Amino acid sequence: MPLLKNGRVSEDAWQKVPDDAPAPSYGPVILSLARWQAERQNFLGRNAAIGVHLKNTDDVAALQPDLDRIGLIVLDFPKYTDGRAYSQARILRERLGYTGELRASGNVLLDQLLIMQRAGFDAFVIDRPDAEQAWRKAQRAFNVFYQPTGDGRATIPELRRHLLHRAAQ
Amino acid sequence: MYRYDEFDQSFVDQRVTQFRDQVSRRLAGELSEDEFKPLRLTNGLYLQLHAYMLRVAVPYGTLTAQQLRQLAHIARRYDRGWGHFTTRQNIQFNWIKLDEAPDVLAALAKVQMHALQTSGNVIRNTTADHFAGVARDEIEDPRIWCEIIRQWSSLHPEFSFLPRKFKIAVTGAPNDRAAVKVHDIGLRMHRNAQGEIGFEVIVGGGLGRTPIIGKTIRKFLPKQDLLSYLEAILRVYNEFGRRDNIYKARIKILVHEIGVEEMSRRVEEEWQTLRDGRLQLPADAIEFITKQFAPPHYPERPERVPALEALRLEDRDFARWLRTNVAPHRVPGYGIVTLSLKKGDVAPGDASAEQMEAIADLAEKFGFSEIRVSHEQNLILPHAALADLPKLWPALKVLGLDTANSNQITDIIACPGLDYCALANARSIPVAQRIMARFNELAQVHEIGELKIKISGCINACGHHHVGHIGILGVDKNGEEFYQITLGGHAGEDATLGSIIGPAVASDQIVEAVENLVGTYLDLRQEGERFLDTYRRVGNALFKERLYAAA
Repeated sequence: MPLLKNGRVSEDAWQKVPDDAPAPSYGPVILSLARWQAERQNFLGRNAAIGVHLKNTDDVAALQPDLDRIGLIVLDFPKYTDGRAYSQARILRERLGYTGELRASGNVLLDQLLIMQRAGFDAFVIDRPDAEQAWRKAQRAFNVFYQPTGDGRATIPELRRHLLHRAAQ
Repeated sequence: MYRYDEFDQSFVDQRVTQFRDQVSRRLAGELSEDEFKPLRLTNGLYLQLHAYMLRVAVPYGTLTAQQLRQLAHIARRYDRGWGHFTTRQNIQFNWIKLDEAPDVLAALAKVQMHALQTSGNVIRNTTADHFAGVARDEIEDPRIWCEIIRQWSSLHPEFSFLPRKFKIAVTGAPNDRAAVKVHDIGLRMHRNAQGEIGFEVIVGGGLGRTPIIGKTIRKFLPKQDLLSYLEAILRVYNEFGRRDNIYKARIKILVHEIGVEEMSRRVEEEWQTLRDGRLQLPADAIEFITKQFAPPHYPERPERVPALEALRLEDRDFARWLRTNVAPHRVPGYGIVTLSLKKGDVAPGDASAEQMEAIADLAEKFGFSEIRVSHEQNLILPHAALADLPKLWPALKVLGLDTANSNQITDIIACPGLDYCALANARSIPVAQRIMARFNELAQVHEIGELKIKISGCINACGHHHVGHIGILGVDKNGEEFYQITLGGHAGEDATLGSIIGPAVASDQIVEAVENLVGTYLDLRQEGERFLDTYRRVGNALFKERLYAAA
């Protein structure tokens, strides 16, 4: 599947390993949470990057002790209307301090790229020729935001306070 | 009144531009209806039986004269000359064309309005006491907090795809006119033992198929923690709310299934990780919003008005109108005037473009240019000088807005029903109109006293029948419209759900059934009792016996 990463269509170097299949001998792999938990020691000794694909019912805190060993977390949108992974993403980024790649997979729609990015996603499994264009459009759509997230943007209430303080000085 | 600053204005303008692009992609066939649906829904655009319906947010039910005039313009230019005020203090236009929807949103943005958060599985427009800022029993104006919530909830990136829609209501007074116990979250402002003002947080109330009275998960929440606490509740709901069955997806089912203690524990645990973060409200940020809700400067006006007293004695209709439609104002010499949209010849809550314009004029002349929308589907002039009432009343009479029936038997709440709605089993509006026609004698209406009839055309309960003193629910029996009756519901601070009285009655029997119930009440009532009081004292049995004996 094509991958939109940091706004560019990119090669996906990661290999998804089904639970009942042996791991390939080299290269970065994506495992289910159960597989990772069961074979953690083996995979840590393998000397290649590790990714974990979480279901949207998994508790992301289960990965907390290993977050600095994990290079990719894939979160799932079984339907675009199922928004659980938005909370998982924010908890991973903002509370647990995860800094690796955070990938949205499943029913990812172009018109949801902005809120996904605001929630902390930086990569999207998306099969559309116009994905890069949609990304640029999403980035331009708004330059003001009300909610604080971990996306580095100042919020309207913060900007407003800043102006008020400057005016008061 | 809150005024948008440059940031708020940019936000709604950018939203309009974005939607215009989405609509043009849909019209060009680049988006399928499936892909377009979530986009139009987040802009308040529904596909109804006959056309697109646009639901416009009226945050906390407050409008300026200028905004109401713009709504009239939209009604005339883009609809068929009417708007429909809803039970959530919003306004709906029932005949919108898709290609014109972006122009309507642009017209709204011009007067600092939008249609955000009026549909979809998001935090909906936050509602408040319609007497906010003017009620005598108020501790603090709840609209300050509704505005803070409005901003926080607008296109929230984490909570745009919740399990189901999510409704918040705020009351700043002990007499609850905002029905906070039947919302997903109800916030009740009160003082703690130290005299500080904060919120009681009530979660998991709601009507619909499974009516439940909300439960308190926190007795006192300090003001500065409001948003972080709401974010914690929403996150718990987003994670754990059921998504396997649309009818079990509201937060009330989650609270019911895990219990209020466990819900409270999960929320508090989540809140500990959020409370000291960027959502904490600094005093100056609260102050910025608060001062915009400062009351107008009220010139001193007389409390005793000879002309008013004379008219009261001379004209019974005026006397009746004063009694039901003018409520005490916190400032002496002023009153809160309810303009009834329940005249019987149109659907409850409907107002014509001409009426809206005339009301805007009256608000400018007699009411500091402010209008409120009540969840009872009426409009309100919140600051009218008593001395002006002898002039205001005849003007309302000309407009057909003078019906003296606020909180009376003909002040009926009804959903759009089968006439407009794709979900309905039965019609609601004609039933409301037939009951109004039967009780059209004001003398009789006033003899009956406070009695709230609420009508829903299906179990989704948009007409709030569960909390009607008399609730009427449309059901389908082998293709025929029948109506199930509940008694004793109430949405105030002492909220109760109505109980079903017996088998549903046929459409041609419903008016007589209501008459019969009213007759039973009039026979049984003791001095000073409202319908609800009598029902609470004597219970279901006598009402039931007499209703079905007659059938």
